[in-house]
Order: sequence, then C-alpha cells, then structure tokens
Amino acid sequence: MADQTLDAKGLNCPLPILRAKKALQALAPGGTLEVLATDPGAVKDFQAFCRTTGNELVESGTEGNVFRFVLRRTG
Amino acid sequence: MAEADSERRAKRMSIIVTKGTLDWAYPPFILATTAAAMGLDVTMFFTFYGLPLLLKELDLQLSPLGNPAMKMPMAGGHMAMPNIACMVPGLDAAASRMMKNLMKKKGVASIQDLRALAIESDVRMIACQMTMDLFEYSLDDMIAGPELGGAATYIEVATQAEINLFI
Repeated sequence: MADQTLDAKGLNCPLPILRAKKALQALAPGGTLEVLATDPGAVKDFQAFCRTTGNELVESGTEGNVFRFVLRRTG
Repeated sequence: MAEADSERRAKRMSIIVTKGTLDWAYPPFILATTAAAMGLDVTMFFTFYGLPLLLKELDLQLSPLGNPAMKMPMAGGHMAMPNIACMVPGLDAAASRMMKNLMKKKGVASIQDLRALAIESDVRMIACQMTMDLFEYSLDDMIAGPELGGAATYIEVATQAEINLFI
C-alpha cells in the first residue's frame, strides 16, 4: 500500500506529472505515491520523469483502462 | 572546478515565447511547467505576440485562417475550415470557443492554470522591454512576477542553459 494516492484520471499531459511532483514533495523521503491516470502518454512520461529526477518508479501497470504507477520519493 | 559546479547545479532551460494565440500558448507553458517539475531552472522570455500572455486578463483566441492543419474532430471525422469561411464575422470566436470546450472535455489544463503553476514553481519570466514600449503595455497590465529585460538579458540566460527553445 502506498503512503498516498493521487487520482489523475481524466487529466491530460502535463497535469498528471505536475500533480505527481507536487504530491511527491509533500511526502517524507522514502515515502511512496500511487498515481492513477487515464492518459496513455503517462506511461512513458513517468519513466522519463523518474529517470531525470532520481525518484524511483516502483511499479507501472494497467488495471482495466487505468494506468497505475507507484513512485518512491528518492529524488 | 567549473565541471564540478555544472554537475551540482540544476539543469537549465530557456524558452523564447513569441506567439500568443490559444493554440500556440500551450507548448511553452507545458514545457516550462514540466521542466520545472523535473527539477530544471526555467526562464521564459516573452516577446512580440507572446508578451500578452502575461496580461492579467487572458481571453485567448485562435484563427483557422491560413491553417489547413487545424482539423477539428467532428461527427467521427476531422474537418478543416476553408479560408473563405474565415471571412464570416465571429468565426474565430466560435472556433476558439470550440477549442476551449474540446480542451476542457479532454482534461487539458487552461493556459491560466498552467501559467499559475509556472509561477508557483518559480519559473523566471522576463517581459521584453522593447515589446512593452512598442505595443504600449506597462507592468501594471501584467500579472505580478515578470521582470523587464532585453536581448542581452536573454542571451546571458541562454549561454548558461542546456536547453534553449524558440516557440
């Protein structure tokens, strides 16, 4: 179970990333954030976001038509 | 020494913003907010028709005139507007309204929201002094935050940035 969940369903680029960044900042270092999104572009974007910022992409998957990511604040 | 500094400091991006229509306002604000979210220091330089994007009140418009690539989804297909139809009074306003509704439906942020997010994430904004004079704007017309600057101010920023874009 992640420490926080961000519902970004229905939001388009770049809002899922911007909201996730904000939510990550509110976490303690090492904390985890679950992000739910429907924007198919989010899959590649969260990979790139994590590579660039040094945060860890713990999980990336699909549940029905919802993309689910778990990020760990390590950046 | 210089190398160690550049490894330690955040990467930087600058964007010259030259266009102020509803459609062209998006790329600079999307990239600026995203880069800031990814840890970059971002500077936006607003010049010519990009400058009005700093006005307090925004009512952005676009025109299908001379833009054959603008094809709106309609009745299952895509429809471009013939140039001749753009002579009809109110057509630009209608097209702008249509685009704004479509964006809302698709969960695309408004320019006002992206601009607020850019300010919140400390994006540095420079209003081109020459354009201010040319089009007779004052800082009082603008949102709080932008500073005034000219070409040399921008070039100094650009020489220290990894990414420099002209939009």
